[in-house]
Amino acid sequence: MGFAQRHLLGIEHLRPEEITEILDLADQYVELNRRDVKHSDTLAGLTQINMFFENSTRTQASFELAGKRLGADVMNMAMQASSIKKGETLIDTALTLNAMHPDLLVVRHPHSGAVDLLAQKVNCAVLNAGDGRHEHPTQALLDALTIRRAKGRLHRLNIAICGDIAHSRVARSNLILLGKMENRVRLVGPPTLMPSQISEFGVEVYEDMAEGLQDVDVVMMLRLQRERMDGGFIPSEREYYHRYGLDADKLSNAKDDAIVMHPGPMNRGVEIDGTIADDINRSVIQEQVEMGVAVRMAAMDLLARNQRAHRATQTAEI
Amino acid sequence: MSTFFTNARLIDPKAGTDEPGNLLIENGHIVARGAEILSPEGVQVVDCGGKCLAPGIVDLGVKVCEPGERHKESFKSAGQAAAAGGVTTMVTRPDTTPTIDNPETLEFVTRRAKEAAPVNVVAMAALTKGRAGREMTEIGFLMDAGAVAFTDCDHVVTSTKVLSRAMTYARSLGALIIAHPQEPILSQGAAATSGKFASLRGLPTVSPMAERMGLDRDLALVEMTGVKYHADQITTSRALPALERAKTNGFDVTAGTSIHHLTLNELDVADYRTFFKVKPPLRSEEDRMAIVEAVKSGLIDVISSMHTPQDEESKRLPFEEAAGGAVALETLLPAAMRLYHAEQLTLPELFRAMSFNPAKRLELPGGTLDEGAPADLVLFDPDAPFVMDRFKLHSKSKNTPFDGQRMQGKVLATYVAGSCVYRRD
Repeated sequence: MGFAQRHLLGIEHLRPEEITEILDLADQYVELNRRDVKHSDTLAGLTQINMFFENSTRTQASFELAGKRLGADVMNMAMQASSIKKGETLIDTALTLNAMHPDLLVVRHPHSGAVDLLAQKVNCAVLNAGDGRHEHPTQALLDALTIRRAKGRLHRLNIAICGDIAHSRVARSNLILLGKMENRVRLVGPPTLMPSQISEFGVEVYEDMAEGLQDVDVVMMLRLQRERMDGGFIPSEREYYHRYGLDADKLSNAKDDAIVMHPGPMNRGVEIDGTIADDINRSVIQEQVEMGVAVRMAAMDLLARNQRAHRATQTAEI
Repeated sequence: MSTFFTNARLIDPKAGTDEPGNLLIENGHIVARGAEILSPEGVQVVDCGGKCLAPGIVDLGVKVCEPGERHKESFKSAGQAAAAGGVTTMVTRPDTTPTIDNPETLEFVTRRAKEAAPVNVVAMAALTKGRAGREMTEIGFLMDAGAVAFTDCDHVVTSTKVLSRAMTYARSLGALIIAHPQEPILSQGAAATSGKFASLRGLPTVSPMAERMGLDRDLALVEMTGVKYHADQITTSRALPALERAKTNGFDVTAGTSIHHLTLNELDVADYRTFFKVKPPLRSEEDRMAIVEAVKSGLIDVISSMHTPQDEESKRLPFEEAAGGAVALETLLPAAMRLYHAEQLTLPELFRAMSFNPAKRLELPGGTLDEGAPADLVLFDPDAPFVMDRFKLHSKSKNTPFDGQRMQGKVLATYVAGSCVYRRD
């Protein structure tokens, strides 16, 4: 059985074979994206709506580009600016959009579970582009593709995810995905930024960077949100950088060929040293951005195929 | 006006007995009971068919949304739900819009209840004006107007100084204070109990420890002021030792819990099901078991429905934004039967917590099958199975977490002061 999902709401719902299928297809789209003519008609005639209830430049651009390269008609809606201010509920917004017959809805929302809720109310494929602190599945998939291409495999690797785990949907999706693909995942960060009882998910938790990075194959840094830097969760930016910022010294604990990742946008000098981020031998941060477009193309392609098949059976029944 | 209940299984929480017998009521009161008493001439006879007859439930902490949000629940709809659920006395909460914090609004509530509700209604009033935690209400006048207890409901009086003065003043009048034990700053914005499940779901959380901290503070103030104190909902095992200590030391302290915290746990939230969002949030299975145990031992005195109607609009939102609370007047008894069928609590133990103890704590008549007690009774079949359908509830709001679930325990009839206020067709 191949990729059998109707929506892409979280990594939690995916089987390992489905993850592999998305990544295999994404590999093909990486090739397409590197050609001069980067166009395919896979999604021609379909309408993709990007609904972002939370600010985003990078993810939205990546989804937009992915849709356009596959020939979909793409529309962006900045939701903070519109109906939310007028008091419309999320479900009403969803129903309104649904009436316009979109085929793919890409949704980001500041509250955990909001995208699941919306998906129950529309009859098209929904892609979660990040919901609160819950999941950000395409980010985890693009990270997985980046790792697979850099390391030649996506299993039996030692991977450290470092920084603000508690507020990070990227960390959640990644630890679920990497766990499903049978890697050893470590979480490294100050205890104030660590979710409670997270060790029960089969991950190892470290409070010390040097220990946590010991012999890892992959170092995944997370962004520290500005609003968390003012003494509430950590004492100061400079103390955080001293203890948890990735510099050459801390990175020397990892394997010699360890790669460095960051979901962006980076705070240079807060969670990562600029020279490390720019080191082409270690940093795969630019590749991550490239893989992002390919992975999103693959995910939308697979969801559109399932949707077509589903609609065909419905028509047949009539 | 006399009725003779024959062939009944009498549940007496006061004596702790569960045995076959007959019961005679006259002019709204119980006049005789036992296996050997016979039916006098010319009275109405009700054959209970071996089903359970127990003192009606005294539900401490019901929200009726009058005044302010009658579209969610009125005295009429709540009263019908209560009757259908075997609740013969609703003890109503003051967290309405506006708050019931002065004798005039309290009188409005009492009048509306008398007009519209088929069961007994007694009202609680707010402890501080507007439940804002700044100035105490007119506790004396409110008691004269019939307030049975003073509570700011789920608002914690953050200022320890304000609370200590309100408690001192309440003590001088013999008033009962009901508080929501919770460290308010720690629990700010929380939608779930911290732990593995909430971490996976990415929800803002509160540590179960916040309940113990809140209780510790309140109990220290009880020790300082000598006030009569009841904790509305104790839901975590960590809070129990402090409660036990306070009781052992002879302070006038009791505690309650909600039926939801006794029968559901944090995992029931599953994929962000907002009908399972209550305050405090559902706890771990270990905590649930500890609370069941505490009800059994009598450390926790009262089980309430914490009936909180919410319309669909308030619940059809992302979990963090959705309103908390669940309707439960009608599901309290069948949900409690889960604990009976799981052999965790006996029927007398359940009715001790649902009828006898709350009546005693509020100094209300009832809650027993003693001669002379008001004939507030519930006749129910603890075994009858059914599938819960929320649209069949009498409440205007249908926000029950038990929708679609298999349950056991049907109320067959409910009597208030000897008159039948509900009978299952």
